[in-house]
Amino acid sequence: MVRGALGKVYKDGEDIIQQGKTGDSMYVVQGGRVEVVQKSEDGVEQHLAFLEAGDFFGEMAVFEKEVRSATVRAAGKARVLKIDKKALLTRIREDPLLAVNLLKTMSHRIRYLNAEISRHKETHL
Amino acid sequence: MKLSPPTSVADSFSSIVEDDDLDFNLRDGSRVAVVGGGPAGSFFSYFLLKMANAIDLDIEVDIFEPRAFQYCGPAGCNHCGGIVSESLVQILATEGIVLPERVVQRGVESYVVHMDVGDVSIESPVHEQRIAALYRGNGPREGGDAPLESFDGYLQGMATDSGANVVRKLITDVESRGGLPYLKFADGQAESYDLVAVAAGVNSNFINMLDDLTSEFEPPKTTRGYICEFKSTEKEIHRILGKSVHVFLLDIPRFEFAAIIPKGQFATVVMVGDDLDQELVHAFLNDPVVRRTFPTDTTPCVCSCSPLINLGARKRPYADRVVMIGDSGITRLYKDGIGAAFRTGKAAATTAVFHGVSKKDFEKHYWPTCRNIVNDNRVGKVMFATNAIMKNSRLTRRAMLGMASKEQAKDGAKPHMSSLLWNMFTGSAPYVEMFRGTLHPGFIYNLLLSVSGSLWPKSNKKQIKRKVA
Ligand SMILES: Cc1cc2nc3c(=O)[nH]c(=O)nc-3n(C[C@H](O)[C@H](O)[C@H](O)COP(=O)(O)OP(=O)(O)OC[C@H]3O[C@@H](n4cnc5c(N)ncnc54)[C@H](O)[C@@H]3O)c2cc1C
Repeated sequence: MVRGALGKVYKDGEDIIQQGKTGDSMYVVQGGRVEVVQKSEDGVEQHLAFLEAGDFFGEMAVFEKEVRSATVRAAGKARVLKIDKKALLTRIREDPLLAVNLLKTMSHRIRYLNAEISRHKETHL
Repeated sequence: MKLSPPTSVADSFSSIVEDDDLDFNLRDGSRVAVVGGGPAGSFFSYFLLKMANAIDLDIEVDIFEPRAFQYCGPAGCNHCGGIVSESLVQILATEGIVLPERVVQRGVESYVVHMDVGDVSIESPVHEQRIAALYRGNGPREGGDAPLESFDGYLQGMATDSGANVVRKLITDVESRGGLPYLKFADGQAESYDLVAVAAGVNSNFINMLDDLTSEFEPPKTTRGYICEFKSTEKEIHRILGKSVHVFLLDIPRFEFAAIIPKGQFATVVMVGDDLDQELVHAFLNDPVVRRTFPTDTTPCVCSCSPLINLGARKRPYADRVVMIGDSGITRLYKDGIGAAFRTGKAAATTAVFHGVSKKDFEKHYWPTCRNIVNDNRVGKVMFATNAIMKNSRLTRRAMLGMASKEQAKDGAKPHMSSLLWNMFTGSAPYVEMFRGTLHPGFIYNLLLSVSGSLWPKSNKKQIKRKVA
């Protein structure tokens, strides 16, 4: 990858965060693409989304101490920047509007999930 | 039943004053001028328009900037070392701002500290490239063929994409008429604005022209820095400097601090100090420690400058309808000036959109951000003074090197000295946080151990041998 790359380079298929593991960082995609997948109780892995430059993931770990709810892995070579929880929360204290961008994405995700749930219900009725 | 207290004359008067304050709110059609389109001006404009848009406020923003950032050399450059700190890279990413690869000339992974007593490489705590080395303009004077893009140009693009107009004009004066600020141009024309954000840095005469708007502002204290760009091939620069910024703690008279930063086919040498001149620059470049790291005989200097550095503003950076941001107002001492431009630019924009543009509004909502920086700088002064003392003694230089080397070599060792040096050089953490780290019993214990180890390095070993025997 080129010299001006920020973050860390992950190989195709390499896990960046793993479902069920603890973690306290958020990540922002800088280049390439990552895939979000989730294993259901019966162990079947389901594709949830692809994320690209500017998209972030793992943000729930910043706000709650739960295990990761999904696995995110590189889909092709991807470059991802890690955001420290402590530094982020310290900055949000000085500038609460910094959280707005996170809230926006989280609200998009809720909207998307709601739509998925209704679609799921309709197909199973 | 209790009666509510009668309204006093003072109360009625204060309600009039409060109502009057409404005139200091931005409304649909309000006009905002930004003098200077460097990082502070662009961040301010970007956030002002983004926030105004979020609450359906329709305002007009004019950025006055005579410099064209697509030019190579001084014409397109706001002279600086070009390091975007780890904390700012993370904040920008959280804001959804990804610095493109063509803007970042080198992702930095480690800092190498060079001293006469040895070198130590301090790795990024997370082992990833979270610091950006870049050019503010389109690279050095002879950078025509290099695949670069200006950082300031990129930020200006973000502001214009949000709706700001860039006017390629120099503001030659400013005055107050009927309570409104008027900006004057070279052709003698003048225009009024509802708010003027002064983002002209410290390298411009503009900040000495604000007397008519506020008698309370004094331009910041400054000192000179020195920057020189050396040209070679990308391969050679990578071979010599790698992915590291190289910093020097040397005992040369009057020398304070210098760094060499790799940027593709160029390397930027930055020197900072109160007493910089050509003689000191030569002494530094010819010092044996520097020569063994960066031999300049084969790499010609293709661009150099001596810009001013803001050393602290003396008074509050605002008045009715005027706010100073970035270097024109308050910035961090010696480090992360671009980060401070971001913080002050965004805080001023938030105040203007959500609270108003009066002196009172800026005092209540903008000043706290500035005050945090000012208070932190006080601690920073103590840290730099301590660093100067430690750097000037061979004993403490050895102790610092010994402690940091041990921490870097041992997996899982608490990085007391490494964190301090990392934060001190990268400017990523507040000075208060660094200072707290130095009060940690582990830091003090290990430093004392390292100092005593440096005092008797050989006799110590002999003693141990004798004991074993
Ligand atoms: C030697 C040195 C090394 C540095 N290294 C770093 C570093 O590595 N990392 C870091 O974060 N910071 C560094 N800094 C600090 C950094 O350069 C500043 O903090 C930063 O540039 C401030 O941004 P600004 O937008 O406030 O001002 P500036 O970048 O100075 O921008 C001011 C703009 O205003 C314009 N302007 C001026 N007068 C007028 C006028 N009358 N009308 C219209 N436009 C006008 C100018 O053309 C310019 O574009 C360094 C500074 C020096 C001196």
